[in-house]
Amino acid sequence: MTIQDASIIEVHGLAKRFGDVQAVAGIDFDVREGELFGFLGPNGAGKSTTINMLIGLARADAGTIRIAGIDGSKNPKAAQHLMGVVPDESNLYPELTGFENLSFCGALYGMPKRDREARAKELLDRFGLAKAANRKFGGYSKGMKRKLTIAAGIIHAPPILFMDEPTTGIDVASARQIRQLIADLNTAGTTIFLTTHYIEEAQRLCGRIAFIVRGRIVRTDTVEELMRRMDGRHVVRFAVSSGAAEVCEAIVAKWPNLHCQAVAEDHIRVESSEPVRVGPLVRLLEDRGAEVSEARKLRPSLEDVFVEITGIEAGAMKQEKEQPGKGGGR
Amino acid sequence: MKAWIAFWNILAKDFRAYYLKPPNISWGLIFPLAWTGMFFIRSGAGLDSVPALLPGVIAVSVLFGTTSLLSVTVTFEKKGRSFERLLLAPIPLELLMVAKTGGAILFGIANAFVPVIFAAFLMDLSAVNWATLVPAIVLIAISSTFLGLFIAVSVSEVFEAQTFSNFFRFPMLFLCGLFFPIEPLPVWLRPLSYALPLTYGADVLHGSIHRSPHLPLPVDFGLLLAFCAVLFGLSLRNIRRKWIV
Repeated sequence: MTIQDASIIEVHGLAKRFGDVQAVAGIDFDVREGELFGFLGPNGAGKSTTINMLIGLARADAGTIRIAGIDGSKNPKAAQHLMGVVPDESNLYPELTGFENLSFCGALYGMPKRDREARAKELLDRFGLAKAANRKFGGYSKGMKRKLTIAAGIIHAPPILFMDEPTTGIDVASARQIRQLIADLNTAGTTIFLTTHYIEEAQRLCGRIAFIVRGRIVRTDTVEELMRRMDGRHVVRFAVSSGAAEVCEAIVAKWPNLHCQAVAEDHIRVESSEPVRVGPLVRLLEDRGAEVSEARKLRPSLEDVFVEITGIEAGAMKQEKEQPGKGGGR
Repeated sequence: MKAWIAFWNILAKDFRAYYLKPPNISWGLIFPLAWTGMFFIRSGAGLDSVPALLPGVIAVSVLFGTTSLLSVTVTFEKKGRSFERLLLAPIPLELLMVAKTGGAILFGIANAFVPVIFAAFLMDLSAVNWATLVPAIVLIAISSTFLGLFIAVSVSEVFEAQTFSNFFRFPMLFLCGLFFPIEPLPVWLRPLSYALPLTYGADVLHGSIHRSPHLPLPVDFGLLLAFCAVLFGLSLRNIRRKWIV
């Protein structure tokens, strides 16, 4: 996909407060035409509030939003013509069939009957839902619901698509298919604004990423630039029989230049700015009575960059989001 | 043109999904018919009581049919977040809400004619002034639907919608002159009667079927229209304040 230099979404000084909570605290960013822009942050960071202000479901206390040159704060209805929205919940109508849902969503954007029915059939085929077209949405599996919700978001072929946590809570195979659909949409020219808590998903899909923490954007950059921070970092992961926290303490005590983290009761992660020599580490671990079943050198990931920039453990962020009843900052 | 495509499809979807479903039809019909039967038996006047009961039964049919369905369906869609799809549609909020309430208004009007059809077998309808009866039914349906919308926007749970609806509906049964005249009510209750839209609708219905209205027709119709405008305006204001926060 060729990315144009022109910004299709421009946000300046955007702020929103709910009572005592400053949900979004004067953020600035822009999304270029044809870009797949990732918006990453922990639960309650302000992702959903930001997306709601961009799509016209929430009013900003301060700041400006321009969507393809339209003032989105003052004239959200004009901007809504240009956007499709995939919310974090599959919120189509359970009593309508898949085909009826898509046709209805097309009608909401003023598509004539023949056009929207043809487009609905095309999308049902493309998303592998043709056989379920005449089944009620309420009877779909989670993965099918998610796919139909994405199809509903693009029924009117919008140039901009907002996707809020598109792969949360669905099985691995469906998530993989959806990631491919997102990549294909972007390749076909759709500008995509994606919020996700799956950092590896953002790393795989997005061109640029903004990290948002406590309502503030702490870093916006391309994935390549973000990863450059980790150049020269060396990471080894060990599977140990037990006592991960204790052996970490022993490692750091002996080699203060190493950073060691117990990522689980039976896994440790050792990081250094110099190549990590595995042999002495294994010997130390075994001397401490921790049997080592695996030692694997890892390439530093965007997750490491996220942790370094935000100080938030990505694993904790993922678990928090996946707990029932926890959503975004809506 | 594009906005009208959305308008008609919202209306058609609501009819298909809600208003033509058997449980909803029964809610709109059985409850008012039960009331009719109760008052019919209670009056003890046999068929002579039908003309005096018909206006009240028409009004109850419309009131319960519209407020129940609209407040529940809107609250249900809001809770399931499918209402967000409508708010995201690039059509003016006013048109969107007219589409959303249009189904309930038509459902209420259809409900009103159920007791009229029953009455046709029990009384002579040739003296009925249809020129005032029909507009009165339409305005009662609109004001009751907008009352349902006002209720839906004020609550967040479906059960709250039903409870809050009854808070308005049951007093209206007794205060609006549907089955009991307003004049014998205690002096302190009468202002409440005149603060309810159904009082003016019921006055026109009585005037169209079996007696002269107590208020001049332009006053009744004018006040009904004013209630419609105020309830719709308040509901839109609350949607903008509460749902687009």
